[in-house]
Amino acid sequence: MQAIVDKEGIKRYLISLTVNGDTYTVVVKANTMLVNVLREELNLTGTKKGCETGDCGSCTVIMDGKPVNSCIILALEADGKEITTIEGVAQNGVLDKLQESFLNQTAVQCGYCTPGMILSAKALLTRNPNPTEHEIREAIAGNLCRCTGYVNIVKAIKEAAGQPVDEH
Amino acid sequence: MGFSVVGQNLPRLEGKEKVTGQAKYIDDLNFPNMLHGKLLRSPYPHARIVAIDTAAAKALPGVKAIITAEDLPDRRHGPFVQDTPLLARGKVNYVGEPVAAVAAVSLEVAERALSLIKVNYERLSEVLDPLIAMESDAPVVHENLDAYPAVFPVQRHGNICSLITIEDGDIEQGFKTADFVFEDTFTTPMAHQCHLETNGAIAAIDAQGRVTVWASTQSVHLNQIRIAETLDMPMSKVRVIQTRVGGGFGAKVELTVQPYCVALARLSKRPVKIILTREEELVATRPRHSSIVTVKTGVKKDGTLVARQIKLIYDTGAYADDGPGIVGFGSLMANGPYRIPNYKIEGYCVYTNKVATGAYRGFGNPQAAWACESQLDIISRELGIDPLEIRLRNALDPGDKTVGGQNLFSVGIKECLKAIKEGMDWESPKSKNRGRGVACVHHLSGLLASSAYVRINQDGTAHVAVGAADIGQGSDTTMAQIAAEELGLSIEDVAVVSQDTDSTPYNWATTATRLTYMAGNAVRRAAADAKQQLINLAAEVLGLPADKLSARNKVVVSVDEPQKRISYAELGVISHWVKGGQIIGNNSWMFNEQPFSIDVKVTGFPFRVLGAYNYGAHAVEVEVDHETGLVRVVNALTAHDVGKAINPLSVEGQSQGGFTQGVGYALFEDLKVKDGKIISNTLLDYKIPTAVDVPAIKSLIVETNEQTGPFGAKGIGEAPLVPVAPAIANAVYDAIGVRVKDLPLTPERILDALKV
Repeated sequence: MQAIVDKEGIKRYLISLTVNGDTYTVVVKANTMLVNVLREELNLTGTKKGCETGDCGSCTVIMDGKPVNSCIILALEADGKEITTIEGVAQNGVLDKLQESFLNQTAVQCGYCTPGMILSAKALLTRNPNPTEHEIREAIAGNLCRCTGYVNIVKAIKEAAGQPVDEH
Repeated sequence: MGFSVVGQNLPRLEGKEKVTGQAKYIDDLNFPNMLHGKLLRSPYPHARIVAIDTAAAKALPGVKAIITAEDLPDRRHGPFVQDTPLLARGKVNYVGEPVAAVAAVSLEVAERALSLIKVNYERLSEVLDPLIAMESDAPVVHENLDAYPAVFPVQRHGNICSLITIEDGDIEQGFKTADFVFEDTFTTPMAHQCHLETNGAIAAIDAQGRVTVWASTQSVHLNQIRIAETLDMPMSKVRVIQTRVGGGFGAKVELTVQPYCVALARLSKRPVKIILTREEELVATRPRHSSIVTVKTGVKKDGTLVARQIKLIYDTGAYADDGPGIVGFGSLMANGPYRIPNYKIEGYCVYTNKVATGAYRGFGNPQAAWACESQLDIISRELGIDPLEIRLRNALDPGDKTVGGQNLFSVGIKECLKAIKEGMDWESPKSKNRGRGVACVHHLSGLLASSAYVRINQDGTAHVAVGAADIGQGSDTTMAQIAAEELGLSIEDVAVVSQDTDSTPYNWATTATRLTYMAGNAVRRAAADAKQQLINLAAEVLGLPADKLSARNKVVVSVDEPQKRISYAELGVISHWVKGGQIIGNNSWMFNEQPFSIDVKVTGFPFRVLGAYNYGAHAVEVEVDHETGLVRVVNALTAHDVGKAINPLSVEGQSQGGFTQGVGYALFEDLKVKDGKIISNTLLDYKIPTAVDVPAIKSLIVETNEQTGPFGAKGIGEAPLVPVAPAIANAVYDAIGVRVKDLPLTPERILDALKV
C-alpha cells in the first residue's frame, strides 16, 4: 500500500474503496475509521455516529455483503472492499422495499438508527429471505433504537420479506 | 363528529428523508472555515480552582480560542434556580463539570490543547449521598445558596435546593380511620436518556454581530432565551435553528453545548461546532434523578385508600437545573390516578457533588410511581384483593378532583384498566415461573405557553408556523393534521415551517407531553382564525352573510345555496392582489384552570399553571429464571387515554417506545457512580434494551373527549414509560413471591431476594 510520511513523521496511506458502485481513492491515517472516510471524505453523511465504540449500530454499512459497524473498522481494512451505505440502497430514485416498508409501518421516529437498521435488515434478507420474528430480532440486536420499541421495525422487515403483518 | 384528516394513520411527513439518509442532523452540517470545539472537564467531585494556566494551549498551532470563566459574564443561570455557571467559577462541583472550552482547526488539535491546559485544584470534601447531604454538618455544595435568584417561591437551606409540600384533608384522622397502614421505602438509580444522537451545536456570527446557532434541540425558543441570558446578549441578536434531532427525551430541552459554541465563535470570529462524545453524554450531561421515596398508606379492608403520606428525596446533583420542577411535578403525580381524601406529600430536591441531573421522560413521575404503584401491589396482596381490582376500586372518575384540587374533565383510567384486563386475559392460568403485574399512570399534558400562525398562500394552500420542535415523535405530522382538519385542506396542502426563532412563533419546548395539547390548541385556533377570515372575504365577494357560509374541501360554500361557492385558491388570489392582503390567522395559548383549590395547603410549588391529565395502565407477563435470577418480559400490553388520537400510529409508536425505555429502567439501566465519578461510560456498560430484550408490545388506545384539547386530544409522550418498572416488579412478585424495592431488578437482586 502506497504511503507518505509528513514532517511530524505521521504516515498516511492511499486506499481505494468502492462505495455504492463508485470507486474512490483517499488518503487516510493508520487510525482513521471507515465511518469518518464515508462522512468526512466522501460526504456520505447518511451513515451516523452514535457511540464510536461499536455498541449502537448507527454506523452500520454493508461491506462485502456483511453488515459492519463502520466506526470500528479501520479505513485501511476497507481498502479494495465493496461498501453499501444508506445512500446506495434506493436505486435510480426508486426506494428499496425495506425503505417503503419502514415508511408504511412508521418504523421511523427520530430516524437516527434508521440507516443502520435498514442496512442490517437488508443484509439479513439477502442471506435469509424468509426470516422468523426471532431471526429478525437477532439480526437487528446490534442496532439500538431508543424511540420505537422495535415493534414497527420488526413489522417493516416482515412486510419487506413479503410476510403478513398485523394490522395497526 | 366525523373527521377527514384527524384520526388518520398518516405516514411521517419527513419519513422519506430519514429512510434515504438525506435527513440532516447537527453533525451532518459543516461550514467554511469552521472550527471544532472541546470542553475541559473537572476530574474531581469537589475542589477549589486555585489557578488555570492556558498559555501552553494557546501557543499550540491551530488553537484559535480558549475560554474560562474569566472570559464570560459573571452570572449563573438555571431554569428554576440560577445556580449554574457556564464554566466553573472558583470551584468545581462534580466530575465532568466544564472548566474551559477550546476551539481549534481540528478535533485532534482541540484535544491536544485540552491536555496542555493546567488547572491547579485544591480538593474539598465532597458529599455524594443525598441523605448525608441533608444533615446539618455535611459539606456544602453551594455556600451562597440564598443569593441565587429563583423563579418560584423556593424553600431551601443547606444542601436542600428546594422543598415542596402539598397537603389536603386530615392526614392524622385519615390514618386513624384506616384498617391497615403500610409503610415502605423504595429507591431508583440515575438513568440516562440515551438519545442515539449525542448533543451538538454550531454557532456562527455574521458581520452585524448577530449569532446564528444550529442545534439538536427540543426548543429553539428556550435556547434563544438562555443564550441571550447567559452571554448578556439581546434576544434580537440570537437566532436558533433546529436541525433534525436524533431523539431527546428531555435531555435537549435546556442548553448543552450551545453557549460554548457562541462564546468561542465570538472570540475566534469563525463558526464553531461542538459535538459531545457518547462518554461525555453518559458522564456529564443531565440524567434522571436517583430517588429515595417513602410511602405510608392507610387503607380500609375493602381496599379503599383513605390516607397517604409520601416523602420524596431526589438527588439533583451539583446544580438544580430542572430539579425543583421535577420534584414538584413528581410530588403532584405521586398519589397516582386515585381518589385519596387525606394526604401529605413532601418533596426534597437535594444537592450533592455528582453530575447535575435533569429532565428525562416522566419528569419525576417514574420515581414516584415506582414507589406508589409497587406499594399498591403489596397492599392488594396483603388484603387478598386482585391488584387490578384494587386499582379499579380507587380510580378517578370524570368530575373528580386530583391532587391539589384541579377539576378533571376527561378521565379514562377505568377504561384503560378494563382494556388491559380483557386484552391480557388477566385471570387465565399461567405457566410455571411466570407472573403478571399491573400498574397505572396519570400525567399532565400542558404547562406554559404555545403559539402558532397560519398563512393562506395565493393558491389556497397553507403554511403553519408553530414553535413545536419535532424530535422524532412526529409532531410535524400531527400539527399538519390538526391544521388541515380545521382548515378543510388535505395534508398535502399544509406545510409545517421548520423550527427557527426568526420564523416560528414562541413555544416553551417539546416537553411535558404538551405538543399535541398545547401547540395543537394554538394551531387549531390559528387555523380557525384563518378560516374565519377566508369566510369573511368570501362573504364580501359572494354578497352573502358570513354566518351562512361554511369552509371545507378547499371551498367556501353557501349553506343554503350550495351552487354559490368560491375556492380557497380564488380567495388566495383576491386577498393577495385585490383586497385585504394575505390572510394570516394566529393564536397564543396557555392553560388557564387554577392548579390548586384554596383548601389545599401548598408550599414551594414551582409551576403556575398545569394542564389536562392523561391516563394509562400497563399489564405485563414475566418469566423469572430461578437459577440465574434473569427476568424476561414475555408479554406486554399498554392502554392509554390520550383524549382523541390525532395520529393513532404515532400514539402506538410513543406507547411502544416509552414502554421499552421502561423495560431498561426496570431491569438493567443504572448509571453507576464510584467516588463521585460515573463509571458507566459506554453503551456496553450502560445497556439499553435491544430488539431481543422486549416482546412484541401491544398498544391499545382509549379515546376520551377532552373538552379543552384540540379535537378532544390530550397527549401521550411521557406516560408510557412511567408504569413499566412497577408493573414488571409486581409481575416478578406474582411469579416468585419476592418483592424487590430497589431498581433495577438485576439478576443479583432477584437471587439475593430469593435467598431471604
